[in-house]
Amino acid sequence: MKVKQISVFLENKSGRLAEVAKLLGEAGINIRALSIADTSDFGILRLIVNAPEQASQVLKAANFTLSETEIIVVQVPDHPGGLAKILEVMESSQVNIEYMYAFVGHTITGAVVVFRVEQLDLAIQILAKAGIKLLSETEVYA
Amino acid sequence: MWNPEIETLPRPELEALQTSRLRETVERLYQRVPFYQAKFEQAGIKPEMIRSIQDLERLPFTTKSDLRDNYPFGLFAVPQEEIVRVHASSGTTGKMTVVGYTKKDLASWAEVMARTLGCGGVTRRDLVQIAYGYGLFTGGLGMHYGVERVGATVIPISGGNTKRQLQIMMDFKTTVLACTPSYALYLSEGALEEGITVAQLPLRVGFFGAEPWSNKMRQEIEAKLGIKAIDIYGLSEIMGPGVASECLVQDGLHVCEDHFIVEVINPETGAVLPPGEKGELVFTCITKEALPLIRYRTRDISLIYPETCACGRTHRRMHRVMGRTDDMLIIRGVNVFPSQIESVLLEIGETEPHYQLIVDREGNLDDLEIWVEVSERIFSDEVKRLEELGAKIRREILSTLGVSAKIKLVEPKTIPRSEGKAKRILDRREVYQA
Repeated sequence: MKVKQISVFLENKSGRLAEVAKLLGEAGINIRALSIADTSDFGILRLIVNAPEQASQVLKAANFTLSETEIIVVQVPDHPGGLAKILEVMESSQVNIEYMYAFVGHTITGAVVVFRVEQLDLAIQILAKAGIKLLSETEVYA
Repeated sequence: MWNPEIETLPRPELEALQTSRLRETVERLYQRVPFYQAKFEQAGIKPEMIRSIQDLERLPFTTKSDLRDNYPFGLFAVPQEEIVRVHASSGTTGKMTVVGYTKKDLASWAEVMARTLGCGGVTRRDLVQIAYGYGLFTGGLGMHYGVERVGATVIPISGGNTKRQLQIMMDFKTTVLACTPSYALYLSEGALEEGITVAQLPLRVGFFGAEPWSNKMRQEIEAKLGIKAIDIYGLSEIMGPGVASECLVQDGLHVCEDHFIVEVINPETGAVLPPGEKGELVFTCITKEALPLIRYRTRDISLIYPETCACGRTHRRMHRVMGRTDDMLIIRGVNVFPSQIESVLLEIGETEPHYQLIVDREGNLDDLEIWVEVSERIFSDEVKRLEELGAKIRREILSTLGVSAKIKLVEPKTIPRSEGKAKRILDRREVYQA
């Protein structure tokens, strides 16, 4: 249930994000989800793509600095309190969330949220036990 | 003029004085400092071979690395109990350059410093605000004892705290300012912001040094503060401030030649250049007891004026510093060697050895930016880890070098690599312009 995410270091200068998108596009790689964490000097682009290994190769060849991290992708029930319940489950087991971001899946109904947590295996276990749907790599890439 | 008898001494008498002092110094170094004894012997020099100042060029040079190799007190020519003060400046790597003074040295220092003040017409009726840093840096205390020697009133405020500087300037009716030229400009801007009419301040003259500045900057300071701006020169290895100073003619700096013999050499060959030719400044201390350095290579580029000065002083003038023969930077009055920054980065061990220094002047204060490449080894997916790394580098640079820097993390392979000497410095200040 772990999904690979690629993080790219970006300097705050124009055209860097476009460069990443262009390289991936030319290689026929599809971006499924993305988020940017930024400071005044630099940004970290986090990407989920349908071919992570290939994407890494392409970006490294173009001198980008990357790191691969594992995240979990959770389908959030499409009703008020849906997200609150997931957070409550994690909180009660003391799973620390480092960051999260949402995206809209096109084969899945409702919102999909990416979580980067400190205790990955524990999070998978308790969320499954609470009946919360985690997406597999295949489901995410589809 | 503070000491008209010495300052206008006819050249033949001045040179005779230099000769006897040089001979005495060489003899003493040979007897007391093993480093110099070895160095002279290696060059085949016996003290008795030095008969006049023309023989000076037979003596070997002393460099900053000689001071580092003998850190901290190895070159001192007197026992430690004779040393009453030490100061220190930046070294090229981790170790500082340490200098020492005997009681007599401090008296000589106050004397040459008093001449500098006399060059700008300071008398005991003046109030001198010393905004140079006090501490290991020679600027603050060197100036301080010179002002006391003159008998003027010292306001030992030290550097920083612009608001308080201006308040005191107004309330105490400061007539003389001593600080770095960039800080003088910064103060003038501060005055504008505080709504102080500078023209109403009794400030009359300023002594500015510890960093290179241009004539354009002088005009700006003089216009904005309504004062005469005097360029002063010194370095801790030789004494500190007081080595040379402009007079009111403001054309070249008179070297206190009865204390320091000045030469200009070709930095590549070491050959002595005639007056008027540009090269590296070399000083020999001929009155110091604690640390009399022989032919110390300053790495500062200048020339000696062939003509005499209209002010009547017979001591020769050096041109304002025109550049450096090494890559030393002076940032807010602090000497910074890129090699020091490199050692800090290596010590932290988390970054690539590729870095670039960008020096600029914003709002009249120097700004140092250090670009560091983020490699895969240190790249973290989390913003806070990268920010912590930046903060750590900043802290280490501040504590080791004494300057604050902005750390910018950049993408790998974006810092230009050049064959041979890396282009590590981008100095946008144009401080060595005429």
